[in-house]
Amino acid sequence: MTTVLLQIKNLVKHYPSVKAVNGIDITLNTGICFGLLGPNGAGKTTTVEILEGINQATSGVVLYKGKALDDQFRKEAGIMFQSTALQDYITVRETLQMFADFYPRQANLEKLIKRCNLTQYLDQDNRQLSGGQRQRLLLAIALVNDPDIIFLDEPTTGLDPQARQNFWDLINDIKADGKTIVLTTHYMDEAYTLCDEIAIMDHGKIIAQGAPKALLEAHFNNVVLRLPETEISNLAALPFTTNKRKGHIEITTCDVNKVVSTLIKNNISLAQLQIRTRTLDDLFLELTGKELRA
Amino acid sequence: MAFKRFLALLSTRNKEFIRDRSSLGWNIFMPVLIVAGFAFAFSGNIGEKFKVGVVNQTTATSQSKQFLELKYIDFYSVEKTETAITRVQRHQVDMLLNAETQQYWINTESPNGYLVEKILSGLESSNFEKQTVSGKQIRYLDWVIPGILSMNMMFSAMFGVGFVIVRYRKNGMLKRLKATPITAFEYLSAQVVSRFILIMMITAFVFYSTNIFVDFVMRGSHLNLFLVFALGALSMISLSLIIAARVTSEETAGGLLNLFSWPMMFLSGVWFSLEGATPMMQLIAEFLPLTHVTAAARAVMIDGADLITISYHLLVLVGQSFVFLLLGSWLFKWD
Repeated sequence: MTTVLLQIKNLVKHYPSVKAVNGIDITLNTGICFGLLGPNGAGKTTTVEILEGINQATSGVVLYKGKALDDQFRKEAGIMFQSTALQDYITVRETLQMFADFYPRQANLEKLIKRCNLTQYLDQDNRQLSGGQRQRLLLAIALVNDPDIIFLDEPTTGLDPQARQNFWDLINDIKADGKTIVLTTHYMDEAYTLCDEIAIMDHGKIIAQGAPKALLEAHFNNVVLRLPETEISNLAALPFTTNKRKGHIEITTCDVNKVVSTLIKNNISLAQLQIRTRTLDDLFLELTGKELRA
Repeated sequence: MAFKRFLALLSTRNKEFIRDRSSLGWNIFMPVLIVAGFAFAFSGNIGEKFKVGVVNQTTATSQSKQFLELKYIDFYSVEKTETAITRVQRHQVDMLLNAETQQYWINTESPNGYLVEKILSGLESSNFEKQTVSGKQIRYLDWVIPGILSMNMMFSAMFGVGFVIVRYRKNGMLKRLKATPITAFEYLSAQVVSRFILIMMITAFVFYSTNIFVDFVMRGSHLNLFLVFALGALSMISLSLIIAARVTSEETAGGLLNLFSWPMMFLSGVWFSLEGATPMMQLIAEFLPLTHVTAAARAVMIDGADLITISYHLLVLVGQSFVFLLLGSWLFKWD
């Protein structure tokens, strides 16, 4: 049965010089992966820190299992910050054991170590871990209390594509256990792949919310054709609205065949033609008029 | 307080410190090197002149005046006879002379005292009354060692706790701990206890290892000295908690820690006696924990003082620890 795990009502956080969060409402059901997206400075980290209980809201309500955040929440929440230093001269095993000892409920450490692929690094000093190993350890720390809700704040930032893919597999594995995940990211593909529901934030407000696929379907019924700018010598002759983007000309259309035949008629080479469906990046651009990772 | 959480923090912090060999080595060998340096510096026959303390110098008899006019003897005026006699017992003064009554005190175990007495008796129609005292020589090294041990404790306490907390705050470790069920009290207690254990172990090591090659004076009870150092360590660690309560920059923390520790090093009577210091300086010293640790340790080691004799210093240290801990916990912020 689906139940509400976390609820936010009219959340506001004002700093002296900036309104970081400006009245947002979110309801999270158990077992979903919820993505909070937005560019740097959108207010997503502040929002998540309030949900994690480490930052105080100016006003608004945050309820976990129907109650205000309390000690029980701290015991049942797993948190992975964007950047956390680990103690020097302490091994992976000792770090995990220390965090496990903080909680009355503990995950099976052996299983956790295996799941996060840390077996061969157990006796290694925290300082000697690579970026990917370190992120896996931080994830293991977040899971050490067998949490009901897990907060992952930009967990794959700075990882190479392979480490990122491995990390996604891990998160999917955790999702399969029925855990509730709150993920903040500015990687749209990450959100699309992992999240059941997303909220896009900008200037401290939620500007769109829903399942990624449903959001895209609601906003777009077209595709984008891309060609290198150098391939089109006579842009003005084309009977479409075009956009210049990162060295390419983009044509948005519902009728691919018509566009392609027109391009051929104008003697434009299609050797480097790309056709892509609309993404969350497009959605963000559409909603805010700016690139997500500006 | 959850004991399991406290133990987990304590054990990890201890491991972190012990495995940081450069820091550990610095903490252990630095005070040993300072003591060795002093032993070397004061091992020669410095102060070739004989030293004689004089009571009632202004009302000296003519015979006393004859003695006081001799060259190559350093005469200095003394107000309290009892204090000066103690200095004769410790070989810090070769002779004490009451210039009015023509009484003199010498230490029967002091070669210099013997020679000054010979000079005195060589005066024409010498008529001085001899008083003898005895006692092992107290070198400057013996006098300064309680202060060096206390000072080392202070640096270890201030920088070992204060600096570490600020570093953890800056790099986000404290923020991560805040997101766990750990309370500020549990965290701070673990830091205090960890550093306390390490300071006591290191101080014991420095005490016994330097004694092997310096053979300094230790007349009091080791247990009393342990209590003095224990309370001293506690008060100075607590003081560092106040400094580290909110600071987020290591540079600021370093500046603040130096601001507290350096004046303490010079105003607490570690290197020189505060007896002749100005009343203002003495008043400032009274508020510094290092003053009380040094004075109590010195009293135990040199005079063999019991707990009742040093109870004032111990009570001040307990009071300071309590106030500092309370303030430190109250001011503490995770981020």
